[in-house]
Order: sequence, then structure tokens, then C-alpha cells
Amino acid sequence: MAADSALLLGLVEEFVLGQQDRKAVDTATGKLKAGQFTILQLVEALGLHLTSSQPQTRGRGVQLLSNVLQECYGDLTEREVEVLIVFYENRLKDHYVITPHVIQGLKALTKCSVLPPGSAVSILKSLFQDIHVQSLMLAERSCVYNILIQLMESRESELKGLGADFVFGFVQSVDGERDPRNLLLAFHIARKIVHEGYDLGKFTEELFEVTSCYFPIDFSPPANDPHGITQEELVLALRVVLTGTPRFAEFLLPLIIEKLDSDVQSAKLDSLQTLTACASVYEQKDLAQFLPGLWASLRREVFQTASERVESAGLAAVGTLTACLSRSVLNSDSEDSLNVFLELVLKDCQHHLCEPDLKLVWPSAKLLQATSTASYRASHRVAAAVLPSLIEQYNSRTQCAQRRTLLEVLQGFVHPVTSSEEGKYESVLLDFRQSLCSIVFSALSESNADLQITSMRVLTALGQQTDLLSSPQSDVELAVDHLTRLILEEGDPKVSLAVVECAGSLARLHPAAFISKMVPRLKEEIFSGGLRSKAVRQRCVAALAAVSSRPSLVQESTPVLLQVLTSAHTGTGAFSLEEVISVCHSLQKIAEQAQDTEETGGVFHDVIPRLLGLALQAALQGSSGHCSPILEETVLSAMVPIISTTCARLQLAGQTASRAVSLFLDGDVSFLPENAFPAQIQLLKAGDSRSQSQMVCLLMGCVCWLPRTVEVPQMDRLLLELLELSCTCDHPLSYTSAAKCYAGLVNKSPAGEALDSLIDRTLKRISTELDSASSPVRTQAFTLLLWVSKALLLRYHPLSTALTDKLFSLLSDPELGWLAADGFSLLMSDSPDVLNRGSHADVRMMYRQRFFTENSAKLVEGFNAAVQEKKSGYLKALSHIVNNLPRQVQLTELPALLPLLLEALLCPDQGVQVSTLSCLQPVLLDPPSALITQLEVLVGRTLALTTSPTMKVRIASLRCIHALSRFPEHEIMPFRARVLRALAAPLDDHKRVVRSEAAVARNEW
Amino acid sequence: MSGGARLENANPLIFQRTGERLQTANDEDEDVADPIDDREIFDILSVSINDPEHPLSLEELNVVEQVRVRVNDQENTVGVEFTPTIPHCSMATLIGLSIKVKLLRSLPERFKIDVHITPGTHASEDAVNKQLADKERVAAALENSQLLEVVNQCLISNARTG
Repeated sequence: MAADSALLLGLVEEFVLGQQDRKAVDTATGKLKAGQFTILQLVEALGLHLTSSQPQTRGRGVQLLSNVLQECYGDLTEREVEVLIVFYENRLKDHYVITPHVIQGLKALTKCSVLPPGSAVSILKSLFQDIHVQSLMLAERSCVYNILIQLMESRESELKGLGADFVFGFVQSVDGERDPRNLLLAFHIARKIVHEGYDLGKFTEELFEVTSCYFPIDFSPPANDPHGITQEELVLALRVVLTGTPRFAEFLLPLIIEKLDSDVQSAKLDSLQTLTACASVYEQKDLAQFLPGLWASLRREVFQTASERVESAGLAAVGTLTACLSRSVLNSDSEDSLNVFLELVLKDCQHHLCEPDLKLVWPSAKLLQATSTASYRASHRVAAAVLPSLIEQYNSRTQCAQRRTLLEVLQGFVHPVTSSEEGKYESVLLDFRQSLCSIVFSALSESNADLQITSMRVLTALGQQTDLLSSPQSDVELAVDHLTRLILEEGDPKVSLAVVECAGSLARLHPAAFISKMVPRLKEEIFSGGLRSKAVRQRCVAALAAVSSRPSLVQESTPVLLQVLTSAHTGTGAFSLEEVISVCHSLQKIAEQAQDTEETGGVFHDVIPRLLGLALQAALQGSSGHCSPILEETVLSAMVPIISTTCARLQLAGQTASRAVSLFLDGDVSFLPENAFPAQIQLLKAGDSRSQSQMVCLLMGCVCWLPRTVEVPQMDRLLLELLELSCTCDHPLSYTSAAKCYAGLVNKSPAGEALDSLIDRTLKRISTELDSASSPVRTQAFTLLLWVSKALLLRYHPLSTALTDKLFSLLSDPELGWLAADGFSLLMSDSPDVLNRGSHADVRMMYRQRFFTENSAKLVEGFNAAVQEKKSGYLKALSHIVNNLPRQVQLTELPALLPLLLEALLCPDQGVQVSTLSCLQPVLLDPPSALITQLEVLVGRTLALTTSPTMKVRIASLRCIHALSRFPEHEIMPFRARVLRALAAPLDDHKRVVRSEAAVARNEW
Repeated sequence: MSGGARLENANPLIFQRTGERLQTANDEDEDVADPIDDREIFDILSVSINDPEHPLSLEELNVVEQVRVRVNDQENTVGVEFTPTIPHCSMATLIGLSIKVKLLRSLPERFKIDVHITPGTHASEDAVNKQLADKERVAAALENSQLLEVVNQCLISNARTG
């Protein structure tokens, strides 16, 4: 014990004399924690120094004690804490040198869980009494705030007992704070005071003043600020304080009105957002007296705004104000301030609506719409005031442009009502239903395209409202009739697009009317023969696809489309190739939008066999001379997505798939309709006619898109046949589809030895074909190699490197070099028909980056080693790979690749030029420093390309030059004259598209 | 723009924009030469010049119309007439200058550019026309860095979207 105290004395001595710092504290803390002595013994040991006449010595003493306390405040007993607090409170009155250490010690003490009752109050009292916070240093001020926060968290009820004195103390200590870090703490305290119900007493205004003097916050953090405080953080922290209580209303609202006059955009925006925030807390009595002032400012902001953000913030503020006013319960004696406010709004806005040519129509309409969205009462009031005059005006105006504006304004009013408390009340628009409908219908029968489009938007909006269009069925039917007429008669592509959209959204709500009115009419039109033009039939088909969103409609529409295919096949209807393809696209669209229900599932499992049957019939006939459009490759490729979309989703997919497999493997035709096929069909044999072997693409659509839980039957045999087909067939579509199908299956098969040996076998087969230079099927083998490597690459299979290495080696192949280079684009991009996420393929995240980081070195090496003629192949491969990388990776990898890319700009191949330029252009928008050093070369080479003979190269290079203009000014200054001179030439280009790019670029420079 | 500053014309007439020029097959064809036509000049002007008072393009304010643009590709001349929104518009010279600068920057050097006010639409029409036609004065105005900045502001503010 004696030794301990001697040691302690020694430690204290060393520390106070300044010989030891950290070590003394650490030793003391360690011993204390180990229980070798108590904190009071430490105080005793310090005794001499704490009572020394030298303030510095006393300061060191207190510092040691505080430092030790900071480490071990958790181990103190209540008695010790009490003594220490009394000691520290006394020290606060001491010399200013000591104060920082005292505050540190107090902060440590407040963290004690055994803080005796009453001590919190006494700490605060002496803090507020004895120190002037703002004359302390930054760190000590932050310490004081932390003490407050700590105490507010642990001793809330005691502090509330202090009453308004606490608030007063806080106000005093914060007044004049400047540091953003401390301000965040201060705002945090203020927020707690406001939100947790501390008694503000008569200091409400003081508290408001002390915080609101920072509003609106204008803070730009210094460059490379280590604390990472943003303006945004401060703004939000302050906003929470200011909008926290309605008691601030009388101070805050005038302040907001004043700040709205500011010229600073951010101040305006902040004021508006604060207004929006407080309006959701306040009640009408807080707002009532400021309404005229607020409205005047808001109106000005929306009417004369220069920026969209201010405008939308203003509209949001108007909306929440209205909502707030309508929320509050009325007293019998007070006037309805909602009415007062709406009166104001209507008075200022309504008359602008009567001048549909002038600029202020739109802001006025937006303001009115913002108010009517806010609450049911407001919408009722606004609608009653505005709609009659709008409707009357529409009927009296004759100019299309004016009518269109009016209609657009009307649409704005129809929309918001939808969102307001639907179902609770009957719609505000009910009274105007009749006249609205008649306006829409009359506009639909106008000949002006814009008017028609707008009226269809209104119609859609009306349709969304439950009881507006549907109450008398006749209106819906009338609408459908109008739409049908427009589909048949209007040739304008914009109008037909709008019709299709409108019909689509209405059909979702009112399928019955469409079944009875539109579908039969369209069907009739499609089969009416050559009377109508092709375009009409196209539109009919597109419309059929658009309306088929409900199962009942799908059941009606798909048979029509299938009938088209059948009659095209038999040659009875005069359907052209494009029409057949568009029918296929429509079927695909239906498959995509159909909800996955039993009913639609049933329909589509009817569709697939019929499609397969048609294709098979066509294929069989194809060998005997007659040529059906279904034989065309384009049609078949259009059919694939129908099958694949269906198979990827529906529950019955497994069954369909197994049928398809048995059809292709065994020639099992039993499930096909119109069973009139010969028994011996072998679709996967290369020797047979190409019309049969190309059907393998349909098989691919089916089996490669199955969900991974569904097992493909007879997998091994299927794979074997596919491999054979893909390596032997000489028809491009057939062997490519077979390779894709093979790859799709490989991608999904479970990992393990079976898969590894399968890949080994495949690779051997491919290698033998590729290595014999005279082999007739090298291209086929290459295609298979490409697809299988993609399949493995996607799933991170360890063997994928063997295959990709093979691809790299092919880059220097005299025959396949170019193909291989292009193959890399296929490897890196998503393919639409197989091996993508939609087809449930095994696609790992970031496989591109992985591939790039593993292989870029090989590529560069290969490039350096290759002979001059072969280099362009490597460049092309590189530009394909880099092009498909995410931008983030591009940016980080660019410095290493830049020399190569610049080299690629000199490459004579135009494809390489375009892809390199298009890869550079996004990078140039946010230039890394590596590029700036190469600016000279870059500018020179891109400028040279602006006179390239190919239009695409010219456009791409001009875009790059445009992007270059955003480089730091001092960097590009030296090139300005040169670029401007060089750009004069493309300004006189003979192609308009090039000229416009050049003009844009030159103006920027 | 905010605060007490009054606008000369707070509630101007707004005109509808014409849509984007339709891309034709010829535009994609390498071998067909597209002559510079009225619409092209109009596109250059309408898309990217802002009225100094309103955040609206000259097209929306009907200051520039396609019918008032005349181009002769063979004779290398471009003539543009513009219509100030109100007869006393103090910005007329600035707008004219902006149009001129824009065309100077966007057209090949072979063109002679003539910008003037539509007859009968401005109080001091002749004075403005004279200023705009005077090569020396235009060149002098563009030497003035402050003026150039104002002109650039009219031109740049929309370039982000264009």
C-alpha cells in the first residue's frame, strides 16, 4: 500500500512537472481500474498541486484528474461522484487557465451512470453562472454542448424542473456561436428543447432569435474539409428546430416572407421548404394573420420564377398551406381561413385562366391545381369556381391552340382529384361529368392532332376515376367507339401512339366494353382484305396488343392474331412479311403484360403448340416448294421472344418444355394441333433441309428461358444433339441458335464433375475443328466457342479462362481474327434472346469488371507482341471491352489504357474509330487528370477525325470535341483558336446532322 | 428577377413550339447532300437563344419565326427578321446581337448574315437596324467583355439542354 502511494505520488509529480503525459495517465488509469487505489487517493496525492498558488500547476493537476476521469468514469461510486462534482463546480470559479480542464472533467462526470440526484441541476447552474461560453475555445464550447446533450438524455426530468432557466442558460451560451460543428450540436440541443416539451416560458422569442439568426444558412465548406459537414446537414438541422413548434409561428412566418424577397436562389428555396415543413405542423390560427403576405410572396415566386426548383417548392408550399388550413377544426366565431386563402388564390389566378394565349395561364393553373390537390374541401371550392368558366370558354373559343391549352388545364384539374381521399366522398367532378365528357368527345372528333392527343389524356384521367366514366355504361362505350374510329382513321403516328396508350389504360378498367366494341371491329378490319392500307392493319394489330391486359381480353385478342399467322401461312390473306412480324411482336407484348394467372396461362399454352405447329408445317412444305412467310428467318426470330417470355414465367412451362423437347428429339407431334404430320421428323439433324434445322431457335426460346427450378428432360441427349448440330450444320441461323441453346443449357446446369467433363469434351471438339486450318466448319466451331465461353464467364466457372484464352489466341488468326475481335463485344454485352437475367440464367454481378481485370494485361501484351497488320484486331477487341464496362471502372482504368485508346484513334478501321470515340466521350465529360496531360494528342487526333469520310465518325468526333470544351478553362485555352478554325470545316458539311453537331460544339468553344 | 424589379412585359403571349425536325431517311444517307435551309437556321436560333427577361426561348415568344428566315445556300446569304414582344422593348438590340453572334458562330464563313427587325414592330426600328448592320459596331461590341458576357448568357443558358 505504501509502495502504491509512493508510486502514485511519483506519477503525479512527473505529470505536473510536465515530464510525462500520456504514460502517467495510462498508468494511473490502469491501477485505478485494477482497484489498487481509489480516485480519492489520487485526489489526495494531487492535494499539494491542486492547492498550489501557481494557476499553471493547479491546471496540470486538474488536467491529470480530468484525463483519468475520462478513462474510468464508469468505475466511480455515487459518493465519489458527489465529492468530485462539488470540487469541479468550485474550480469553475478558478483562474481561466484551469477552466478547459474543469469542463473536460465535468463532461466525464456527466457520463457517470451513478450521477446523484440534483447534481445535474447544480452542474448546469454553475456552468451557466460561472462561465461565458462564447469566450471559450472551440473544443471547450463543444464540450459544454456535449455536457448539455448528455444531461438532457440522462436527466430529462430534472432539467425540466429547472423550467425556463434552462432555456435561458442555453440561449446565453449559444448566442454568437460561429463554428459549423458546434452549430450542429447547438441545433441538436434546440431541437430537443423544442420537441421534448421543455418549458420555454418567456424565452420563446429569445430561443427563436438565437437560432433563426442563422436562417437561411449560407455555408460553403472549405475544400478538403476534414469534418465533412455540408450545407445540407446544417439546413436540415436548423429547419427541424424552426418548424418544431407552433409557438415560433408569429416570429417565423414574417421571417420567411422577408427571406423570400432575397435574391439568392438557395435562400428562396430554403425558405419555401421551411414553409412547407412548418405548414404541416402549424394550425390555422398560427397561420391566419400571415396569409395575405405569404400568398403575395408565393404568387410572385411562381409567376415570375426563373428556376423550376423554386417553382415546384412554391407549389408544394401552397399545397401544404391549403392542407393545413383545411385540416383544422373551425370554431363558430372565427372565420374560415381556408375560405379566405382560397378567395385570395382565386382572385389572383382565375382571370388568368381566361387568357389561354398568355404566359401566366400555366402558373395560375398550377397554383390552383396545387390547392385543389391538397384537400377535398379545397378541391370542391376550386372546382366549383374554375371548372364552369373553363368549360364555357372551351365551348366559346374556336382556335385549336387555345382550346388545347384549356383542355390541358382541365386535365390538370381532373388529375389531382384522383389522389384526394378517394372513396370517402363522391368525386368533386361529378357535377361536371356530363359537360367534361361532351368536351372530350367533341375534341376527339376534331381534326387537329394535338387537340386529339390532349383530349385522350383527359379521357385517360377521367377513366381513372372510379365513378366518372363508368356510371352510365354508354359513356364508356362511346369512348371506345371514338378510340376505335381514331385507330382506323388517323394516320398521324403521334395520335395513334396516344390512342394506343389511352386504350391500354382504359381497357384495364373497363374490359367488357372493349371486348364487345373494339375487338370485333378491329378483327373485321384486319381480315377485310386489301381494301384498307397496310398501315391501318398495323395500327389495329398494335391496338389489339395494347388493350390485352386483362385475361378476358387476352382470350379474345390472341385468337385473332393467331388467325392472322395461320392465314399468312396458308396464303389466303394478303399479309406482308412486316405485318407477320408485327403480329409476332404484338403477341410478345401481350405475353409480357399478361398477369400470371391460370386463365392467361391456359391461353398461352395453347399459343405455343400452335406456333410450333405452324412453323413445322411451313418447314415441311418449305422442302416441297411452296414458300410460306413463316419460313423467313426474321419471322422465326420474332417468334422466339413470344415463346421465351411465356416459358420464363408461367407455371405450366415445364410441361410445355418437355413436349417441345420430345418434339425436337423424337419427332413426337402428338400435342400439336391439326395433327397431320409425317411420323418421321428429325429436326436436329444437320443433314436435313435448313428450313427444318433452323427451327432449333424456337427450341432455344423454350428451354433456355425456363426458370431454374424446372428441369429439362433428356438433358444429356439434347446436349449431344445440339453440339452435333452446331458443329456440323452450314446454315448460320441454325448453327448459331444451336450454339446459343447449348450455351444456355450449360449455363444453367449444376456445377460438378459432369459439367466439367462436358466442357472438356466440348473444348476438345472445338479445338480439333479450329486447329485444322482446312476444316470447313471453323466458323461454326468459333461460334460455339464464343457462346460457351460467355455462358461460363457469366457464372464465374473456373474453366472459363481456358475458353477465353482460346479466344484471345484467335485474335491473331488470319481468318477469324476480325470475327474474334467482334466476338468480344458479344461477350461483354447483354444478349436479348438468351443468357440474360430475364431468362433466369446464372449471371453473376460484375462479371465484366472481373473479366476486364483478369484479361486486360493479356490484351495489352498481345497488342505489343502482334505484327503491325494484326494490331487493329486487338484494338478493336479492347474498345469493345472497355465500351461495355461501367463508367466507374472506365474512369479508374483509363490512365493505363489511354495510350492504347489514343493509338486506336489512328487505326484506319472506322468501326474501331467510332467505338473508341464513343467510349472516350462519356469519360471526357468528367475528365480524369491523366487525360489532361494528353490533351495535345487528343485534340489533334479527334480534330483530324472530323473530316473522316464516314458520317458516324464525324459525328462522334464532334461530340468528343464538344465534351472537351468542358475541361478546365486554363487547359483548353491554348487550343481554342485551333479548334475554332478546324470546326469551321464541318460547319459546311454536306450532312445536316453533322452540321448541327458542329454548330453545338463550336458554340460551346 | 425577383424582388421589386418590375419586368417590362410581365405577361407576354406564349406561342407553341414546333416539334423536332423529323429525321428522314435522307439524313442518314451518306451520299445525299442536305442543303442549308430555313428550318435549319430557325432551329439554330430557336433552340438556344433565351429572352433576357423570361426563361423562354425566342420561338415561344414568337420573336423569331420560320417564315421570317430567308436562306440562299447558293448565294451564301442569310436574312433573319425578328419581332420584339413590345414596341418599346429595350432589349431589342441585345436580342438582335445575340442572334447575329449565334449565327456567326454556327454558320460557315461563306455566309453573309443580315439581321434586322420586322418592319413596323419597334419604335426605334431604324436605329437598331443600323446598329446591327454596322460591321464595325458589332465587332466593337464583341470586344467589350461585359457585353459579350451578357450575350453569352443569353446563348448558354439553354445549351445545357440542347
